[in-house]
Amino acid sequence: MSDKPEKFIDENGLRLDGRRVDEIRPMTVEMGVLSRADGSCYLEWGNNKVLAAVYGPRELHPRRLQRPSEALVRYRYNMAAFSVEDRIRPGPSRRSTEISKVSGEAFEPVVMKQFYPGAVIDVFAEVLQADAGTRTAAINAATLALVDAGIPMKGLVASCAVGKVDGQLVLDLNKPEDNYGDADLPIAMTEDGEITLLQMDGNLTADEIAKGIEMVRKGCEQIFAIQKEALLSKFGTADEEEILKEAELQAEVATSEDESEDVEVISETVSEAEIQAEDDELEAEDEDEDIELQDEAEAFTDDEVGDASDEAEDLFGEDVSEFEITENAESEDDSSSEPEGAESDEDEGEKNE
Amino acid sequence: MDRNIVIPGQLLSEKKEMAGPGTYVKDGNIYSLLYGVANFKGRVSVVPFSGKYIPSRKDFIIVKVIDVTPSNWIMETGSPYDGLLHVSEFPKRVDSSEMRKFMDIGDSVVVRVKDVSKAMKVELSMREQGSKVLRQGRIIEVMPAKVPRVIGHGGSMVSVLKKESNCDVFVGKNGRIWINGRDNDMDRLTTAIEMIESESHISGLTDKIGIFLRGGPEGTESSDEEQLVDEEVAGVSLEDDDVTEETSRKVDVLLENDSEETD
Repeated sequence: MSDKPEKFIDENGLRLDGRRVDEIRPMTVEMGVLSRADGSCYLEWGNNKVLAAVYGPRELHPRRLQRPSEALVRYRYNMAAFSVEDRIRPGPSRRSTEISKVSGEAFEPVVMKQFYPGAVIDVFAEVLQADAGTRTAAINAATLALVDAGIPMKGLVASCAVGKVDGQLVLDLNKPEDNYGDADLPIAMTEDGEITLLQMDGNLTADEIAKGIEMVRKGCEQIFAIQKEALLSKFGTADEEEILKEAELQAEVATSEDESEDVEVISETVSEAEIQAEDDELEAEDEDEDIELQDEAEAFTDDEVGDASDEAEDLFGEDVSEFEITENAESEDDSSSEPEGAESDEDEGEKNE
Repeated sequence: MDRNIVIPGQLLSEKKEMAGPGTYVKDGNIYSLLYGVANFKGRVSVVPFSGKYIPSRKDFIIVKVIDVTPSNWIMETGSPYDGLLHVSEFPKRVDSSEMRKFMDIGDSVVVRVKDVSKAMKVELSMREQGSKVLRQGRIIEVMPAKVPRVIGHGGSMVSVLKKESNCDVFVGKNGRIWINGRDNDMDRLTTAIEMIESESHISGLTDKIGIFLRGGPEGTESSDEEQLVDEEVAGVSLEDDDVTEETSRKVDVLLENDSEETD
């Protein structure tokens, strides 16, 4: 307790770790690190180290948990016993159970659960090294693991905390700021700026919360950029052209499913001559189709694809500035129960000391 | 360029009527649902890089018997959902007391998905040409997302695999591949399929696999493959493979030229 710093922000406006008040810690991500998982991601954020794994959709047992119209997203947040200075008791605790619940709900609006009725998508977030903001780091890693697993999602989720030290709002709290600061406000949001998780520890005025949320939006914007970069560069080692060729083939096969079925069946001693003839015909058709479609495609690539990313950015930018306090207040209510949230964060502080 | 790598939530198009599989529409715009490659030919669709197999009607899949009830065989399908094969869907009339004589727990079977209900009740059928119980050979599993690669354009890759390895091959939509032939042929074929799965990005893979199976530069064993020994089944199917392979090669070439032009 005695290692509380006298000042969190120096006269130059820099924090203990040299960041500005609106700067997030450096983040690195690596995807597909676990071979047995359907999707995985290892993320380092400052001194936080988090490993997320996704399994599924898979069969859900016990059956009574099954939902007839959608999949269940089961999120498990866990801190390794060695993740903090003083060993914590392994296994679920009150704190981790609660974080698991609210973090799982943070993915509610993006995961297309209705595609997999009765199944379960398991998300495991293991904190290997903790340094304040582990639940936000875990959510950032879990998003990428879900994407890696090929789960259909409407978009990404990013998470970042804002807090108050020395009477000033700071983005992405570090350890001392978390332990001795006046407030901690972890938030998760979708790319549209919809808030999917909001908890608070400590006290903030309504104005501070509104301002804090705006700061988090800026932070999440940076995290989305990191996530997107990781996704788009995962296949960076291979020649991009070649990937695209493969894709062409996949699309080809996908569009002509019936044919490929026929071809498969040939192996099972179907009368040869007829099917050959059929195949030849089909393939001839295929070629023609191809050429026509190509032309069409060219026509509308020119004006649209190029703009796509810019537009997305534009949209995003607008959204970020446009969403105001009113909407935030609403989402606060449904995303988490505040008193519990407050307790739990104190808890993190205690344990980590 | 009419194709590119996309991530969930990425804006693909502003023409909502063009939305295809793997996309969703919001405010009149099309966005991607998946991490994969977007295809802008015709309708806008996204083919994912990974993902589980989800049963859909008319798919041929390779399943495993996990239970036998008085009127159904319960099958493990490699998806989150088990499949049901009713006795009446077996090609022969089977008395329910004798069901285990025909297929018992642990047997692998080629079946066709007859229907999938909204609650994902998967009904299977064996009353289709090509359905059979697999009594010999091996089953290899690949990622379901890679199945199109293993089949190739109009079956080009599968033909090469069959022809060059002297094995019988059946590719199930659920990522299970049944192969049958002599042991060392099957070993080579297994390696080849693993190559397809891990190197699916490489262009001209069909040729590369062909060379590998023929015992080309990278081939480890190159002893007896050249002497085309008549394998029981291979004898017949080889001939038609020759032709389909030729035509699909041509398609391959055409497609590749096309893509080069557009690039």
